[in-house]
Amino acid sequence: MRFLFKTDYEDDIRLFPHSGYVWSYGTLFVLLAIAPFVLSSYLVSQFVFVCIYATVGVALLILTGFTGQASLGHAAFLAIGAYTAAYLQQFNVPFPVYFLAAGLLTGVIGAIVGFPALRLQGIYLVIATISFALIVEEILARWESVTHGNEGMRVKAIQFLGIQIPRDSPTFYFMCLALLVLTIVGSLNLLRSPTGRAFIAIRDSETAARSMGINVSLYKVKSFAISAAITGFAGVMFAHKLSFISPEMFTLQLSIEFIIVILIGGTFSLHGAVLGAIFIVMIDPFLTYLKDDMPGIIGGLAATLGAGSERAMHIQDSVAAFASANGLKGAIYGVIIVLFVLFEPLGLYGRWLKIKLFFQLFPLYKRATFKRQKIYVKSERNR
Amino acid sequence: MSYFRAENISLHFGGLKAVDAVSFAVEKGEILSIIGPNGAGKSSIFNLISRIYTPTAGKLFFEDQDITELPAYGIAKLGIARTFQNIELFENATVLNNLLVGRHRHSTTQLWQELLFLPSVRANEKAHRRRVEQVIEFLDLEPYRDTLISGLPYGVRKVIEIARALCSEPKLILLDEPSSGLNVEETDDMSFWIRDMKSELGITVVMVEHDMTLVSRVSDRVIALNYGRVLAMGAPADVQGHPDVVAAYLGA
Repeated sequence: MRFLFKTDYEDDIRLFPHSGYVWSYGTLFVLLAIAPFVLSSYLVSQFVFVCIYATVGVALLILTGFTGQASLGHAAFLAIGAYTAAYLQQFNVPFPVYFLAAGLLTGVIGAIVGFPALRLQGIYLVIATISFALIVEEILARWESVTHGNEGMRVKAIQFLGIQIPRDSPTFYFMCLALLVLTIVGSLNLLRSPTGRAFIAIRDSETAARSMGINVSLYKVKSFAISAAITGFAGVMFAHKLSFISPEMFTLQLSIEFIIVILIGGTFSLHGAVLGAIFIVMIDPFLTYLKDDMPGIIGGLAATLGAGSERAMHIQDSVAAFASANGLKGAIYGVIIVLFVLFEPLGLYGRWLKIKLFFQLFPLYKRATFKRQKIYVKSERNR
Repeated sequence: MSYFRAENISLHFGGLKAVDAVSFAVEKGEILSIIGPNGAGKSSIFNLISRIYTPTAGKLFFEDQDITELPAYGIAKLGIARTFQNIELFENATVLNNLLVGRHRHSTTQLWQELLFLPSVRANEKAHRRRVEQVIEFLDLEPYRDTLISGLPYGVRKVIEIARALCSEPKLILLDEPSSGLNVEETDDMSFWIRDMKSELGITVVMVEHDMTLVSRVSDRVIALNYGRVLAMGAPADVQGHPDVVAAYLGA
């Protein structure tokens, strides 16, 4: 086990508390840097989606994990970013300009959404953000002069400094990775400065935050704006990656996927966003596998176990019917959320910390270390 | 003029007069205790001053400035810090972060500077950290810097709440039952700290307290309340011996 002897206030501020961090993140960085030249283009494409989802995950963590304001409207922010990019691209606006414009516009809209949210808490805020998402979805479908309605919009490849960057090139992957890294570094910077602490204060006790001189309304709006702006940036990359966007891509299910990202990853640390993003992006290939291979495997298994060939066929068919049933994805998402909330409330990153601590303390790890405590002394009077 | 002044402040919940036209003044550098039976309106007065409640009537003045219309965070920005009867700490943050939130009213950095963590932000953070360390030393909180609040015992949380208030370098501090839930030794420590706040840090203290030993040890003046009204005001011994106060506590 490593003991840190702090000799300077700088030790509390540093992003990498000790050399171990530098080594592990350095290795990770090198691996990510060589990934597009080694891995298959399918995997690189999955990596791009992980980066985009993780960026939105970080944005949602700032709002939900650290400021305590739940949102089921992030698909709408993503859509606003994506459509701004697609719209401005038609007029040959250069990439950096519409990239920034998309983030800025989404941030402003995020702030506007933040204002009514000031008076709402908990489940009511969730309902408000859902309504916002539905409104945006409807606007995208109806405002045909700008969004082309349900026909959707084509998004051309990025043109930057006269070079074309196709959506499956290593450069595009590096751009998404850079966006993610910049988002994470910016968020970490924020979290170690007064604004980030104000967010955490608002999450844990608004009353105390107020009486410490924090303008709760202002910081809630700030949190909404920052979170939305980051999601807007991610939306631009999302649009370019898909090369075609239409309103039905930005439904409530996408917002729920973003919630799953942070719920499964862990809501207390930025690591959670990345882990959750990996999980959610990998669930699609898993479902495809379930659809394509599972029926055959189970049918074969039934045949070898002595079921007649007709019966085996029947089993295979019913498994295939189940695996391709409508809404299976949503059902699986639901089950995952329930299981995680019940059994792993700290998420994948929490599990990782527990495993790490187990080996650090071996053989002295106590099973009750992470046991959830009931808190009895919590006043709800001064809301 | 007095340092802090309440003029006929009232707080009515429908027909219930929690605070009924209470007037009092606090002089700079004194320790004033507010006593009274349960439901007398002591904590309500604190909640009125720190603007968790809005007064139904009356005015509040601090350093000759009318603060009746200020929002809660504005009150804190002026240098009025407070603690809560039922501890309102930031449960899922470390002690250090809790105390650094106390520094919020002194933070001057802008959002974009913080996103980039410019040298100015770094320098500010270190300055805050240094001030926080002084408070940690003052209240003997060294063992707990990196512990989460949710893992700390009640007595320590109580002290951390006071530490958080002190981190904002207040001019006036409102302590809501600083000794509730503390054992005899901890209460002893508390009485020394309260006196040090006045003598070493030059902070004016107003506290609500039930422990009469603590009250008489530290207070310069005492106000006794019952049913939202002032019963008596003056030196600790006088107020405790006042016939109305005795009647309020023991029943006539």
